[in-house]
Amino acid sequence: MAETRYTKDHEYIRIEGDTGTIGITDYAQGQLGDVVFVELPSIGKAVAKGGEAAVVESVKAASEVYAPVSGEIVAVNSELEAAPGAVNEDPAGKGWFVKLKLTNPAELEGLLSEAEYQDYVKTL
Amino acid sequence: MRYLPLTDTDREDMLARIGVPDIDALFSDVPAGKLLKTPLDLPRAKGELEVERIMGRMAARNVAASAAPFFVGAGAYKHHVPATVDHLIQRSEFLTSYTPYQPEIAQGTLQYLFEFQTQIAALTGMEVANASMYDGSTATGEAVLMAHRVTKRRKAVLSGGLHPHYTDVVKTLSGMASDEVVALAPDVAANEDILAQIDDETSCVVVQSPDVFGNLRDLKPIADKAHAHGALLIAVFTEVVSLGAVTSPGAMDADIVVGEGQSIGNALNFGGPYVGLFAAKSKYLRQMPGRLCGATVDSDGHRGFVLTLSTREQHIRRDKATSNICTNSGLCVLAFTIHMTLLGEAGLSRLAELNHANAVKLADMLAGVKGVKLLNDSFFNEFTLKLSKPAAEVVEALAEKGVLGGVPASRLLPGAGLDDLLIVANTEINTDEDRAAFVAALAEVL
Repeated sequence: MAETRYTKDHEYIRIEGDTGTIGITDYAQGQLGDVVFVELPSIGKAVAKGGEAAVVESVKAASEVYAPVSGEIVAVNSELEAAPGAVNEDPAGKGWFVKLKLTNPAELEGLLSEAEYQDYVKTL
Repeated sequence: MRYLPLTDTDREDMLARIGVPDIDALFSDVPAGKLLKTPLDLPRAKGELEVERIMGRMAARNVAASAAPFFVGAGAYKHHVPATVDHLIQRSEFLTSYTPYQPEIAQGTLQYLFEFQTQIAALTGMEVANASMYDGSTATGEAVLMAHRVTKRRKAVLSGGLHPHYTDVVKTLSGMASDEVVALAPDVAANEDILAQIDDETSCVVVQSPDVFGNLRDLKPIADKAHAHGALLIAVFTEVVSLGAVTSPGAMDADIVVGEGQSIGNALNFGGPYVGLFAAKSKYLRQMPGRLCGATVDSDGHRGFVLTLSTREQHIRRDKATSNICTNSGLCVLAFTIHMTLLGEAGLSRLAELNHANAVKLADMLAGVKGVKLLNDSFFNEFTLKLSKPAAEVVEALAEKGVLGGVPASRLLPGAGLDDLLIVANTEINTDEDRAAFVAALAEVL
């Protein structure tokens, strides 16, 4: 059973074994508006916790997607290059950005649970 | 207008507010050896009339571009600009307008940016153009950085025919990004083996045509080799009028085209402000620097214009901006757009043909002078002469005789052993009398 964790910067990471799938939350896609472009990293790139994992560009802003934990990029969702709208339509599914092989799973401890994240969003 | 300097009390108040003891403390980060020990040797004060006289005397020592037969080019060209251009750009709606972030009140500005982009795309043979850059050299630097983003490689190969000032700007900007620049030696005859420099590490090849020595280059073989290695071809021009006569860089399969737009609508302006032109294949649109203006419809279905694709600019993206060169030389763009609109496609072609015909005429005349050899096989409105004396001395002697006879290559490339080369430009402003005066003066000087 996959577990999903969240950051206060509105990224999610869905953990399966030692791999995490990273995307932005439904709240974040709603705030950004129509996503028109996603810039993805190259496979094999090492990313530190809090480092830039991707860039998402909407009609009104361009924002970094930060890695919730440290790891190495093992897959990117290249379908977003042709269809960036998937980030708006299905952020938790087809709208994922990258898959990360975790290098320090202990960092997951500092992230928010689903319930904690939902409570946090209510305060915004 | 009175100049109101700060009083000592003003300074003390400001220092007290920010909590530093004296002005020296504000410069504590500057190494002591870099600070002046004594005040600059400047007169304390002079009256307005006196300053006007001094400046007037200094200006009179120049031979002004419009006061003599003028054959100077090498990146900045003197063309005729219709009076209409200057009149229209001085309308206050244009002259004082700020960056058009608010389309509701900036439709005029946005529309001319859109027209400008359309003109640049058509001229260069490319699919998209942005709303301008700072000047041709910085546009070239930005193109190299863009090629690094597109290819995810970091080695740029620069032709020896690229204007040396452009090469310097590319080196500076690439140096800040720790990227590698391979700049070939100055290439007077345009026979460098640039193909041999292209490999699988190469992000881009940067080639100018007409090049700084005036040679027209066939870019297609370079584009083919670059593409075979996954690199981009960046085509550069400093004389935009040439595009009225020669095959467009887009037709030779360039990926990014950059250049200087000063020739159309803009005067020499003492070296600036100028206007950088930037166009690319549409598949690279998202990696372009600067901003684009797009056409859209408003809520009532009326056609309108907005800035778009500016999410990578500093007003949104701050330190992560792709480019901070976006205070486009907007008024220069307007002058360009009006002049180009007045010319039209046929007018630009005729202007280009006139430039070329004049230059050919001059080249033939000069080649007949003893001690002169024409080095170009092909050129547009600029060519390089090999002289029997150092070109810098010749240019000074020509100026004494009231002719501004070109740019010595040694001024652009000091220490490159090109002291006997003179780069000569001839546009539509030069008359038969100008050319005759040049030939006669050169014959006397050599």
